[in-house]
Amino acid sequence: MARRSDLGSGVVAIPGTTATHVVRAALRGKRFRVGDYVVQILLLMTLMIALGVLVVLLGNVAIRGVPVLEQRGTNFLTTTNSTLPFLAGVKQGIIGSLELLVIVLIFAIPLGVGAAVYLEEYAKDTRLNRLLVTNVRNLAGVPSIVYGILGLIIFVEFLKPLTGGLTVISGGLTLAVVVLPIVIITSSEALRAVPNSIREAGFGVGATRWEVIRSHVLPSAAPGIFTGAILTLARAIGETAPLLLVGALLGFFAPGNVGFWGQLRGPYTSLPTLIFSWSTQPNPDFRNLTAAAIIVLMAVLLTVNAAAIVLRNRYERKW
Amino acid sequence: MSESGEYMDAPTVTRSDPSERSIHLERRGRERPEEVLEDASFVFEIKDLEVSYGGVQAVRNVSLNVYENQITALIGPSGCGKTTVLRCLNRMNDLIDGARVEGTLRYHGVDLYEAGIDPVEVRRRIGMVFQKPNPFPKSIYDNIAFGPKIAGFKGNMGDLVEESLTRAALWDEVKGKLKTSATELSGGQQQRLCIARCIAVQPDVILMDEPCASLDPIATLKIEELMYQLVSHYTIVIVTHNMQQAARISDRTAFFTVEVEDDGHRVGTVVEYDLTDHIFTNPKDPRTEDYVTGRFG
Repeated sequence: MARRSDLGSGVVAIPGTTATHVVRAALRGKRFRVGDYVVQILLLMTLMIALGVLVVLLGNVAIRGVPVLEQRGTNFLTTTNSTLPFLAGVKQGIIGSLELLVIVLIFAIPLGVGAAVYLEEYAKDTRLNRLLVTNVRNLAGVPSIVYGILGLIIFVEFLKPLTGGLTVISGGLTLAVVVLPIVIITSSEALRAVPNSIREAGFGVGATRWEVIRSHVLPSAAPGIFTGAILTLARAIGETAPLLLVGALLGFFAPGNVGFWGQLRGPYTSLPTLIFSWSTQPNPDFRNLTAAAIIVLMAVLLTVNAAAIVLRNRYERKW
Repeated sequence: MSESGEYMDAPTVTRSDPSERSIHLERRGRERPEEVLEDASFVFEIKDLEVSYGGVQAVRNVSLNVYENQITALIGPSGCGKTTVLRCLNRMNDLIDGARVEGTLRYHGVDLYEAGIDPVEVRRRIGMVFQKPNPFPKSIYDNIAFGPKIAGFKGNMGDLVEESLTRAALWDEVKGKLKTSATELSGGQQQRLCIARCIAVQPDVILMDEPCASLDPIATLKIEELMYQLVSHYTIVIVTHNMQQAARISDRTAFFTVEVEDDGHRVGTVVEYDLTDHIFTNPKDPRTEDYVTGRFG
């Protein structure tokens, strides 16, 4: 039997002697595989449902918001909030969100990258350090409202002499704490992707650990770290809940036209809080205004994400 | 040097019947009389070296002396601890959590593991070439210049880069494209670049961990060729899986093997250490004989 193969239905093929049509029939099979098609259709439906919800949502926003943007033009972006729907704009929200982003950038990125470098490059593989890493991952999953309360206690109350209380600085620091675990995790992953052979090469020519990290590991991990940082900022720009606790005002209480520096030292608002505030207004005209503000926020978000993708594609390294 | 020239210069290894228990080899030009080889001074004196990882013994009873300006080959089957021993010589094992080294390992009379020795200073004098070519993902020039720069080299960097690449037999192939990325070179060129990077910091010893394992035969010959030239300036310790390579290039050979304990735990150790000619033509231990004649391994 050693050189014979059973082709099914009792046909035993002997190499060189079996007629080709017998082999072909055996290879083609007979059954129409129903299960395969059913599974394929079910999976397609799940995709359709997920995409469908998104399309309806975006379509609704577009139908309501686009006319407002068309009618108001850039005026919508450059005017401040108002109780009159036809006068209200998102200027304060844009400025506030940008200020928050800058503060997140200044605090969360260096702290997060530094922590990741320590965990990946210096920390030994001890039980304590494994516990630390696990908890950083847990922190990333903590609901952001909890960080809002933390920010209220620490930045607004305890550090009031430094932050000035309910200011954009408190808000930015709170957001920085929200995204810090994400920065640590994405940076850690970027560092871990740098092959050990690069580190060994550095040590092999007599470099110290810091020289190896600064000259070789960090530059190699930089694209991954940048991508992570940008996605982090995208997350920060959409956060609303914690800001409600640390001073982002619900639109109407925001100061009239205090400008960039005025907001930095006093009351502020952000795009998402402005959207939240407008959506709760009884005047139906504000619904369309909300939709228009959502489009502005989405545009900012998509720009940030696109930048991350472009960066990643350009600098992605193959090892 | 053209590729055909390489072929003609290649050391020839004639296959022999294993029962003849020897590999016939012709070493071109570098054959030195035994008295000269015995007369050299020690670079490393290793005595009863023992290495364990996380409490598990990996290597034990390693005693051998490495002689100045000679090529010492460490051979043996996989898992016998050759690389582990090699990585002790420049304290590369320090980078592995839980690695522990016991016994004496003297470098020019100084114990490398005594208190106060800075592994960074050790590695500046004892360079390393790795199994897989690992150029930095930077330009060819930057690859060479990195080591001297961090060591505080004050001279003309361009000259040093040229000299290092020339010594590594790579200059003619890369002189027009020093600014291109090192990762664009072929595997064999990358490995010679790594050797150039190593000698740019002007070390005393070069450790090579299976430097030809990922290279084709032609690239391998070029590296071996290079080692012949380098050994007049440097002491070379090479780990190799390739017995013919050890026979072709080395002055001395240490044969490692794995000892299996009663509980199944495997520990590497040195069976025999001698002049390469003796190991391959007249081994004292039957295990060495079995290995070099191809009956095992």
